[in-house]
Amino acid sequence: MSAALIIDLMLWGSVAALAFLVWRRGRAVLVSAAREGTMDFINIVPRIGLGVIGSGYIAAVIPQEVITGWLGPDSGWLGVLAAVVAGAATPGGPVVGFSIGAVALKVGGGPPQVIAYVVAWALFAFQRLILWEIPFMPAKFVWFRAAVSLPFPFLAAALAMAIGKP
Amino acid sequence: MDSHHPPDSLPFQNLALSESPVKDPAPADDAEQPPRRARKPVGWSMIMIGVLVVVSATLVWRRDGIDGVLEILTHDLALFGGILPRVLAGCLLGAFIAEVLPHEKISRSLGPNSGLKGLLIGTAFGAILPGGPFTAYPVAAALLTVGADFGATIAMVVSWTLIGYGRAVAWELPILGVDFTLWRIVISLPIPVLAGALGRFVFVRMYPKSAEPPS
Repeated sequence: MSAALIIDLMLWGSVAALAFLVWRRGRAVLVSAAREGTMDFINIVPRIGLGVIGSGYIAAVIPQEVITGWLGPDSGWLGVLAAVVAGAATPGGPVVGFSIGAVALKVGGGPPQVIAYVVAWALFAFQRLILWEIPFMPAKFVWFRAAVSLPFPFLAAALAMAIGKP
Repeated sequence: MDSHHPPDSLPFQNLALSESPVKDPAPADDAEQPPRRARKPVGWSMIMIGVLVVVSATLVWRRDGIDGVLEILTHDLALFGGILPRVLAGCLLGAFIAEVLPHEKISRSLGPNSGLKGLLIGTAFGAILPGGPFTAYPVAAALLTVGADFGATIAMVVSWTLIGYGRAVAWELPILGVDFTLWRIVISLPIPVLAGALGRFVFVRMYPKSAEPPS
């Protein structure tokens, strides 16, 4: 709870500080920028709504055991590949992704595979692309970024294998 | 893809979330495009997730009955209500940043010709950016609008998602433990710059015209 409060304070503090900077360029500039931001907000709300309200249903029909099963021990590069696919397919917020990673570690998943899973999920979890990135950013940029991110979970797994950590 | 736009030095500006603020000293080659909202209408991405949601909700309904459907709905509605103010803050932040940041300076330090330094700046910016997706993505869109290239913006977004402290401290540390989290972050350190470099490398080959430096 207090962490959420700190986040909100930092967020609105940044908004206030930037609003002040804009205001120094003139009242009209501030009004126009604020209107711009508010219009963005109004345009984004339906998409976020669909994503947030819909994500609960998507998460409910993808059983977590299926995902953790893919990250099995001694699964090698095939396991890394499965982990990347699982990371991309994992729905839900940070709790879901990290919890699945933790479960996979507990049931004996290899650390490189779990690293690949967490990195893939962070880089291009399908649901986050659609729920958060597409509404806010140009779709061309979102798909381009996801595409060039593809090699990096594998690189992370290779690094983890090379250094033998964690 | 966007062949109706003239290939100017900032092709994605036309696709960006918010068009340059009205009173902006826009680059000359932008002049024939009046400031307007360039947001794409609800596209196939949203239709796709809409279909996915309906199918999933139906599956939940067949498995758990109407109670299961309503339980998820109430939970997610509460979540949605909680997120909304932050989304508003993020949108305002994006709009203000687009107004405040000096465009020429951004295109110099984060633009297509900013080199490794631009990627490093993007990475550092993403790592220190406060807040969640409601901040990072509007700010990234604002950077694109004011002249950052795909490479630097990719570095920023990837850095935010992989080595940003917000999510790691709030979620990853408690759930996955200190050891795993720290090593995961160490291993991830080179990725934002590499992803940005790869993005730049691919971008100039996919869109050779638009990547030419403005003359």
